[in-house]
Amino acid sequence: MEYALRVALALNCTINHHNIFARKNYFYPDLPKGYQISQYELPLGVNGWLDVELESGETKRIGIRRVHMEEDTGKLTHQDDGTSLVDYNRAGVPLLEIVTEPDIRSGEEARAYAMKVRQILRYLGVNSGDMEKGVLRVEPNISIRPVGTAKFGTRTELKNLNSFRVLADGTAFEIARQTAVLQSGGTVIQETRGWHEGRRETFSQRTKEEAEDYRYFPEPDLPPLHLDDAFVEQVRASLPELPDTKIARYMAEYELSEYDARVLAEERLVGEWFDTAVSKANAAGTTPKSVANWMINELFRLMNEAKLNIDAIQVTPTALVELIGLVEKQTINNNTAKEVLAEMFATGTAPAQIVESKGLAQISDNTAIQAIIDQVLADNPEQVSRYLEGQDKLRGFFVGQVMRQTKGKANPALVNQLLDAALNA
Amino acid sequence: MSLTLADVEKIANLARLELTEAEKKQYLEQLSAILHYAERLNELDLTDIPPTSHAIAQQNIMRPDVAEPSLPMEDLLHNAPQQKENQFVVQAVLDDGGSA
Repeated sequence: MEYALRVALALNCTINHHNIFARKNYFYPDLPKGYQISQYELPLGVNGWLDVELESGETKRIGIRRVHMEEDTGKLTHQDDGTSLVDYNRAGVPLLEIVTEPDIRSGEEARAYAMKVRQILRYLGVNSGDMEKGVLRVEPNISIRPVGTAKFGTRTELKNLNSFRVLADGTAFEIARQTAVLQSGGTVIQETRGWHEGRRETFSQRTKEEAEDYRYFPEPDLPPLHLDDAFVEQVRASLPELPDTKIARYMAEYELSEYDARVLAEERLVGEWFDTAVSKANAAGTTPKSVANWMINELFRLMNEAKLNIDAIQVTPTALVELIGLVEKQTINNNTAKEVLAEMFATGTAPAQIVESKGLAQISDNTAIQAIIDQVLADNPEQVSRYLEGQDKLRGFFVGQVMRQTKGKANPALVNQLLDAALNA
Repeated sequence: MSLTLADVEKIANLARLELTEAEKKQYLEQLSAILHYAERLNELDLTDIPPTSHAIAQQNIMRPDVAEPSLPMEDLLHNAPQQKENQFVVQAVLDDGGSA
């Protein structure tokens, strides 16, 4: 119930304080007791909304008609021999149903909406969002109508869609199928349809022979549930910062690009890791922007290669900002820092310790670098004269030689500065 | 309000009951009598009385959300007329459009 309230609040719903449960009566093998406990007249949440980013870059507000609690039903597996297998393991388990307003216009919009809902459910910690395991199920109701008319046509409902791609494809197929049926003078039948992956088309699963008559009545075994304001506000206060708020904050406070902000806010754990790192960035002498760059460009690459999620890595937010701090303070240069990060990732060792034990500290000593530059120029008189004759590209050769002599540890800015001075003297 | 025979047949169908003609007539009388009895409420002025959903004045009865061991599968499937892969077997309830 608390999970349901979290979802209803996160979807901007008005909360009904007085909740009663109803019995929805029907006979079907997925429900051994002949009725499903649901909410009918007074769902937990009503009149909410969710802003969804579409592929076009537009944001579309999808209305949420209701969020209510009910119980799950058994899982039916249909076999070829005219029988079905029923697995009752999930029958009676609490289920949350979220119903939208008829605002979604395509399979792609349905997919974008469902993915956003999943992201929020995961942020709220109420659902793993694994569609293949059936813990998150999306059942689009689809109807079409002539352009310019207000009345919706007869709808069909798609079930057993086990991925976001199938949700988009199945919805698109169904829109095309209904269009063809109507254009050839036929009528759309109200029914439940499934998705046939092999044939990549929908098929009729259950025709509603007569108008459903569920004879809802208040569930006598469950007394009413009254949620007082204090409780609702307590749950509201416990909600984590949600993706849209996080993204806006990252862009406004840290001057991240929208792309970077979205990447970091995609998953709650990543966002929290970043937030922790940022809280320590100032003390370490670095900025949120640098932390974001290091996470997106380097840390995520290492995580992808190792196939690890952020909660499974050995690098801590503190260690990463310490590493970046070493770069900012010019103790090590960028390339060395990447090597150090790889070592931190592999072993969990603190960056300062790696720099120390491997002798990676950057050479920022003017005299030392000057001596190496002098040596390089003395060893390559031919290149020097060609450079002085105008072959500017040789400048890179000298930088390379200095870096080689110092095993990459020379402070690049200092090398450039001193080299220019020596060559132009 | 009196019921018709068609009402009784519909209710029986929804409840998956097969009734003889004599039973239909009997239930028609009994159900109609129950409705007549309930109609007495209409004699009262209920303008300011909120609808009652439950007969007992209790709310917010909670229990800790703790997982408990389930019944053993053998016991659960003991009375199944047919079983397969540790599941109940029932007659197909929908046309799945042919095999994959």
